[in-house]
Amino acid sequence: MNPDSEFIQRDRGLHPPAVTPIYKTSVFRGPHRPLISLQNSLSEVTGPAFGQDELGPLDNDLILNYAKAGEPVGERIIVHGRVLDGAARPVPGVLVEFWQANASGRYRHRNDTYIGTIDPNFGGCGRTITDAEGRYVFRTIKPGPYPFRNRVNDWRPAHIHFSVFGSGFAQRLITQMYFEGDPLIRHDSIINTVADEGARDRLVARLDLNAAVPLDTLAYRWDIVLRGRRSTVFENRLQGN
Amino acid sequence: MITPDTLGYLPETASQTAGPYVHIGLIPKQAGFDIFETNLGETLVTPAVQGERIRIEGRIYDGTGTPVRDALVEIWQADSFGRHNHPADRQDGPRDEAFRGWGRTGTDFQTGLWCFETIKPGRVAGRRGHRRMAPHISLWIVARGINIGLSTRLYFEDEAEANAEDPVLRIIEQPERRKTLIARRETREGRPVYILDIRLQGEGETVFFDL
Repeated sequence: MNPDSEFIQRDRGLHPPAVTPIYKTSVFRGPHRPLISLQNSLSEVTGPAFGQDELGPLDNDLILNYAKAGEPVGERIIVHGRVLDGAARPVPGVLVEFWQANASGRYRHRNDTYIGTIDPNFGGCGRTITDAEGRYVFRTIKPGPYPFRNRVNDWRPAHIHFSVFGSGFAQRLITQMYFEGDPLIRHDSIINTVADEGARDRLVARLDLNAAVPLDTLAYRWDIVLRGRRSTVFENRLQGN
Repeated sequence: MITPDTLGYLPETASQTAGPYVHIGLIPKQAGFDIFETNLGETLVTPAVQGERIRIEGRIYDGTGTPVRDALVEIWQADSFGRHNHPADRQDGPRDEAFRGWGRTGTDFQTGLWCFETIKPGRVAGRRGHRRMAPHISLWIVARGINIGLSTRLYFEDEAEANAEDPVLRIIEQPERRKTLIARRETREGRPVYILDIRLQGEGETVFFDL
């Protein structure tokens, strides 16, 4: 058993609490009782691993992975960054999945009835595996904002949903990435479920002109931090029966 | 780009709700379209996998008692020998190479039912100084209105002896609350089905863990 394989405690102050009345759906879906704290066993420090052979060659190219009669309409962007852990080490070989609306703010989903038009050449999902330095990259169309039923006139800022696996199931994380300079961010009922200003700011990707492809595609940079593992030099708490 | 604290640690990225359209990214077929060659997490059991075939299923209820019909459920479990498919599992004994131990599904848009076809896991070593854990499956639930993924466990009604000495169930102070993690067994067409309903809030609220 790895002596360093237990996770550092999650700082719940950096995450949204379960019940956040500004985001109305959370009011009946957030637990009221305190979470039971569980010291990590083997079931929490382990988790699934995924291989490159399970992915297709266009899985990280949302401009082409659903293109039928042509390319999708909208602002062509690259999104890239690194997956790091709490000890600032890169997290290589982990699955990163992403999904989003099209340039009109419309999702390809049977339950989305927004008036914004469906783009026949845009699916809106992709996935990749981080490289040896923990880097991920994908190409897409910048999503549009869209309205949702919360307050009468609530609009989500442009955002991309992210799902990330670490090496243990207790690192599992789903979050959303926003775009630098979007004036809707400060009005958003969902990013504002996070009380900590620094934590909200870290959900915002920065424009990265240096990674843009001239005359072709703009770029944004966004790093993701997963929980770190503790280095326990003197004991191996997970060992044995 | 992310500023470390004075000891050099980086703060974890904040969670956000998976939203109502989580299926697009994670189960696109349920969203209504086919895009990937391989859909991850669809199949846990292949003919090569060893162990007793079981079905696990249930519904997730909100604080008003209404089924949540847009949730995503993932499971992670040991194989029939009680081993996890992961290098950190250095327990002795055999391991089932054919079993990944991870699955993903969505609750049904009409009925709210979720289900997995899997195998019953073996017992896994507990932390040092503790007994082996009872057979269990780890569940992780996200949905619209859930700001951070909820972690819980499914235990089996017909493992009463192992459950009684399980080191995790025992840290739940109130015996009544332990029952929220125990799946009831039924036999359907000769096959075992374990049913675990999850209550997000209020009376009979399921125990959720801070891992």
